[in-house]
Amino acid sequence: MSTLEIRDLHVSVETKEGAKPILRGVDLTIASGQTHAIMGPNGSGKSTLAYSLAGHPKYQITGGEVRLDGQDVLAMSVDERARAGMFLAMQYPVEVPGVSVSNFLRTAKTALDGEAPALRHWVKDVKTAMERLRMDPAFADRSVNEGFSGGEKKRHEILQMELLKPKIAILDETDSGLDVDALRIVSEGINRVREGGEVGVMLITHYTRILRYVQPDFVHVFVDGRIAEEGGPELAEQLEAEGYDRFLAPA
Amino acid sequence: MTTELSTSLPTDHSRAVADGAHSHGLVPEASRAARLTSFDPADFPVPTGREEEWRFSPMDRLAPLFDAAGEGLREGGVQVTVVNPPEVGVEIVGRDDPRLGSVGRPGDRTAVTAWHGFTDATIVTVPPQTVASSATSVRVEGLDRTGEPTAAHLMVHAGELSEAVVVIDHVGAATLTETVEIQADDGAHLTVVSIQDWEPGSVHAAAHRLSVGRDATVKHVVVTLGGDVVRITPDAGFTGEGGDVQALGLYFADADQHQEHRLFIDHNQPSCRSRVTYKGALQGDGARTVWVGDVLIQAHAEGTDTYELNRNLVLTDGARADSVPNLEIETGEIEGAGHASATGRFDDEQLFYLMSRGVHEIDARRLVVRGFFAELIGQVGVPEVEERLLAAIEDELAASMAALEGER
Repeated sequence: MSTLEIRDLHVSVETKEGAKPILRGVDLTIASGQTHAIMGPNGSGKSTLAYSLAGHPKYQITGGEVRLDGQDVLAMSVDERARAGMFLAMQYPVEVPGVSVSNFLRTAKTALDGEAPALRHWVKDVKTAMERLRMDPAFADRSVNEGFSGGEKKRHEILQMELLKPKIAILDETDSGLDVDALRIVSEGINRVREGGEVGVMLITHYTRILRYVQPDFVHVFVDGRIAEEGGPELAEQLEAEGYDRFLAPA
Repeated sequence: MTTELSTSLPTDHSRAVADGAHSHGLVPEASRAARLTSFDPADFPVPTGREEEWRFSPMDRLAPLFDAAGEGLREGGVQVTVVNPPEVGVEIVGRDDPRLGSVGRPGDRTAVTAWHGFTDATIVTVPPQTVASSATSVRVEGLDRTGEPTAAHLMVHAGELSEAVVVIDHVGAATLTETVEIQADDGAHLTVVSIQDWEPGSVHAAAHRLSVGRDATVKHVVVTLGGDVVRITPDAGFTGEGGDVQALGLYFADADQHQEHRLFIDHNQPSCRSRVTYKGALQGDGARTVWVGDVLIQAHAEGTDTYELNRNLVLTDGARADSVPNLEIETGEIEGAGHASATGRFDDEQLFYLMSRGVHEIDARRLVVRGFFAELIGQVGVPEVEERLLAAIEDELAASMAALEGER
């Protein structure tokens, strides 16, 4: 059982005009077995939250705290956060030329576990996970994300989530740019990981579409760098019908 | 002005020294086609560093190889040892051997001092129709730590329809100017690898001259790792249609090293192909690399297919990479011609991606750098060389990783 606690998180990015606040006091608690959908209009700070939690150097934490089972996440380096159990499925996964998917996955697994995985089991696990995500076996030999289509990149992110078994998985717009078939395959992958009941999921999305496949326990509406409204799955349905307009209307 | 063309491969001495007066040097020649080649030292005055072909070079450190006094270079600064399979012939010949100097002519001051500086040359011959059973190893060992300049001359001649791999290894300490003549007769498949892995303090200039016969394929691989200053100038030309040159280069410059690679591919025959791929990494203060890739497609060289690529990965502050591709096209009737050049800093987004999967920073950096070279190393096609390159990159990285760990 793990818990990620985000308390009054403030984050800025450096711009030419100086530090610009993006997150203005985010409070959120995610426990194992829970799925929290973070929804909101473009520019509301959803991705900033995701990358800040993962430790991207571009984002400066100006206040608040983040704890995973009591440990201070913000004091950890990027790799330490991952080894503590955090995982970020990126909206725009990065190409790493010359590094094969299989080498990358094995290196990551070894780093997370502190020892190399038993070869025979590992090869089988990778093969099975790839099959279930309808990924061609040839993917294992391709360079990480290089020349992948949008859908292939997202499947590769979910493949990592399945194999690396994080405590808290942050999925940053994993649904964006996917056609319905790919969305279904990716959603099935997310649901397989959720079935174990061991992962807490932060599902960041602009659209309600993915929520038909991945049922959230909680929905949080993100506006202007903080959570403006919270509720159960019914909130997503309401947003589907009404859009974000009522949150954007000037006060 | 000079009108001497560097395109008449093969050539011979009598014609070579018959040039008239030239003016070159202070004003860069506009066209690579107009660049002088000659066996006469008088044609190449000691450069000042303002010349196009010297403008990136550390002239003070190269000065001993210019032989400004015209006294010639000392003998015996390097020892050449060849290990060859039985099918491949090896000879030590005097400088009057008529085969020497048959592949092109010197194109700059260090090349012409190399030509006049040697007494004995080593010729590796692969007889026609012969397939070498293993790679031929040519070890050029520097025996000089005094900085006194010396010269060496190697020739690799692959006969018609022969197949061979020749690996030239430069080790030890030397101040050396060298000529490597590479001749692939019609239909030959020849791979020549030249590794520069000198001890610190070494200065090395090398003119590689390649002649590629009809339907011949030459893979020319340059690997530059060690030595204070290494400047390699491979020039390739064709003697028939259907020739194919693949020029691969890998270099890794550390603090205060200067590594310069200047290539010239002369498409002087129709329907020939060339591919140039050079990749380098730099780390440390004063690490400096220069890559210049000149490709000329002559008016009658229809059906030419050429592409050249240079990539540099700058790993730390204080390092500098120059990359200058030049493509001159005198005919539009070609298959393809292009070039790409990019010099980038270490990509922090790649680092973030790998680290966000739990990979330690040091391992992430290692993965990225290995990945940067991986495809190129895979193209070398000589397993023992590939293994050695991977090991060399590991060694280079170990140095920078130790520095990185020290910061913590």
